[in-house]
Amino acid sequence: MIEKYIEVPFDDEVVKNLKAGDYVYITGTVYTARDAAHKRMYEALQKGENLPIDVKNNCIYYLGPSPAREGQVIGSAGPTTSGRMDKYTPSLLDLGLKGMIGKGKRTPAVIDSMKKNCAVYFAAVGGAGALLSKCIKESEVIAYDDLGTEAIRKLKVEKLPVIVVIDCEGNNMYCIE
Amino acid sequence: MRTIKTEDIILNVKEMCMEANYELSSDIKEKIISAKDKETSEIGKKILSQLDENMKIAKEEKIPICQDTGMAVVFVTMGQDVHIEGMGLTDAINEGIRQGYTEGFLRKSVVNCPIERINTKDNTPGIIHYDIVPGDSFIITLAPKGFGSENMSKIVMLKPADGIEGIKKVVIDAVREAGPNACPPVVVGVGIGGTFEKCALLSKKALTRNTDTHNEIPYIKDLEIELLEKINKLNIGPGGLGGYTTALAVNIETYPTHIAGMPVAVNMCCHVNRHISRSL
Repeated sequence: MIEKYIEVPFDDEVVKNLKAGDYVYITGTVYTARDAAHKRMYEALQKGENLPIDVKNNCIYYLGPSPAREGQVIGSAGPTTSGRMDKYTPSLLDLGLKGMIGKGKRTPAVIDSMKKNCAVYFAAVGGAGALLSKCIKESEVIAYDDLGTEAIRKLKVEKLPVIVVIDCEGNNMYCIE
Repeated sequence: MRTIKTEDIILNVKEMCMEANYELSSDIKEKIISAKDKETSEIGKKILSQLDENMKIAKEEKIPICQDTGMAVVFVTMGQDVHIEGMGLTDAINEGIRQGYTEGFLRKSVVNCPIERINTKDNTPGIIHYDIVPGDSFIITLAPKGFGSENMSKIVMLKPADGIEGIKKVVIDAVREAGPNACPPVVVGVGIGGTFEKCALLSKKALTRNTDTHNEIPYIKDLEIELLEKINKLNIGPGGLGGYTTALAVNIETYPTHIAGMPVAVNMCCHVNRHISRSL
């Protein structure tokens, strides 16, 4: 198992160096978005409106955290199932989104778009939200506040442990028997 | 006639929502720890260690084990000699859920309507099932259910001619199709028999049974053991990244059914198989 450390935002050069099966520690800024935020962003794009975040060279974490207690940055903060975002994902990849953190399978359309746009898909460990919350050092709601847990948050993460499941060449860890 | 006050029900449901989300039952904890030693894949071992560490942090710091703190599924077994005093029983249970999810810093994951999808902001309503029994007992089981695994569940109306082999195929195919999406290692709840809706309910109830126990019917117990072995040869593994530990247990419940049918329901649950019971 090869361990790598990366900083986000990131560019094609960094993405090309990540291979399916690599164990990666992510440090930097990531944005949370799940079902409702994706739907809203997708509809904004269809209307020709701007997105509330610039996705170019950025990484989205499919996450809806539990509420923070006093003194905590965030509550439990593990990945949700990525496949529900598949309908909306190619549009974001076309705008330069470089990375996604979630869990579970992606559709061929998403994988094709990842290859075309040089992007990477990471899995974080599902059901380990308490552990993963320790890697999140700052959290701020920056858009769609009315969506509650589904709002878009800007997170500062430090050595968030993930695995490259699908790399920018389309190699897929879930398909290796 | 025994009287139970709804204020006691509210308090108990509230506490159970919190407890269930911070700490798993000991059978699941022990299965994850022992799976670490048995696991053959390097990444699988690492993931199981993370799940173990996650459970410790969750318990000590009262952070939910998983951010998906679920939709609250409640099973009430109520003696017919019990009198409920105060508000409506269903309202009381929902009030307990409301207080538990709010005061326990649990995620509010319920939307008002499947089409309109506006968050109810207090995780109500719960999904409440009542069983009326003789006597004056009153038992509440609370099982917050996450939807990553719920979405990978299925029900199939088999024909009697499909036999036990047909049942095995439904269960194994469900686990294979769920793959990484259901957050393996999983617990597999299986319902066989009844009607369409009874079968689904059996599969949900099966998940609330201690995973160290087996069904009392000998050939159903054998089926549980055989299916677990077969599932753990699928090489889905922890996190769906390969390995032995795909499922921690297969729990099956059965019920009489119609001469023409053999419904099979598979309710998938991730390792965060939360359930807690109290007798009032």
